Amino acid sequence: MSLTQYIFWFLSFLALMSSLMVVFTKNAVYSVLCLIITFFAIAGHYLLLNAQFLAAVHIIVYAGAIMVLFLYVIMMLNQNKDTEPKKHPYLMVISVIAAGLLMLTMVGTVKSAELPGSTIADAQVGTIEKLGQVLFTDFLLPFEVSSILFLAAMVGAVYLSKNKLQS
Amino acid sequence: MQNLHGIPIDYYVILSTALFCVGALGVMLRRNAIIIFMCVELMLNAVNLLLVAFSSYFGDSQAQVFVFFIMAVAAAEVAVGLAILIMIYRNAGTSDTDVLTKLKW
Repeated sequence: MSLTQYIFWFLSFLALMSSLMVVFTKNAVYSVLCLIITFFAIAGHYLLLNAQFLAAVHIIVYAGAIMVLFLYVIMMLNQNKDTEPKKHPYLMVISVIAAGLLMLTMVGTVKSAELPGSTIADAQVGTIEKLGQVLFTDFLLPFEVSSILFLAAMVGAVYLSKNKLQS
Repeated sequence: MQNLHGIPIDYYVILSTALFCVGALGVMLRRNAIIIFMCVELMLNAVNLLLVAFSSYFGDSQAQVFVFFIMAVAAAEVAVGLAILIMIYRNAGTSDTDVLTKLKW
């Protein structure tokens, strides 16, 4: 096995284990921390796949912004082990079986799909230069529309979390 | 099957399916609305990983731009979703999804 394969297995193991920890820990703050580890593992996978720009954006947006927002909300709502809702005893078994069946179905479906032959893998695909060219030519309109989306999200978030509405 | 650094694309398919199913498991299992929201983010990331894997294997950078847009929409979604969660907590005093049954028939 080459070094990249070792890194692949390590990152996959890390991502799966920490995502399972997200689901199974009782404390919400530990869930957030495990999810951050999962996101770093996924960013490592992006680097393995020659998507350097996306790896950087992924760490900045997810680990830097979104998870801080989650931590902040958990702090505001004072979530801890004691406020964790009680679970139905059979719920665990039922949902693990359901998720396992979902996994079986999806892997079976995707494995039976016929993949077209690849073009020669190009190491330049994920560079900022190449992505910028595609983003500002083919995807210029969606890029501009996403700024309107952000404006709407910002106004919506401020409106929703305002304490009292002045009538 | 195609290889990139000696890793077949099947491995990435299985890895992202597994991550997606762990996220789905969390949505089914947990009752805390914030944790459910985090598991939805995990499912989004599993799909992103698969898109990037296919993009690298087939040498097409449009999929990576698509992933970029998914990240942007996810950021907007989290901002609005957490604001809604805070408002629910303020009105109902809990983020337990078993208590929030007003829309249940």
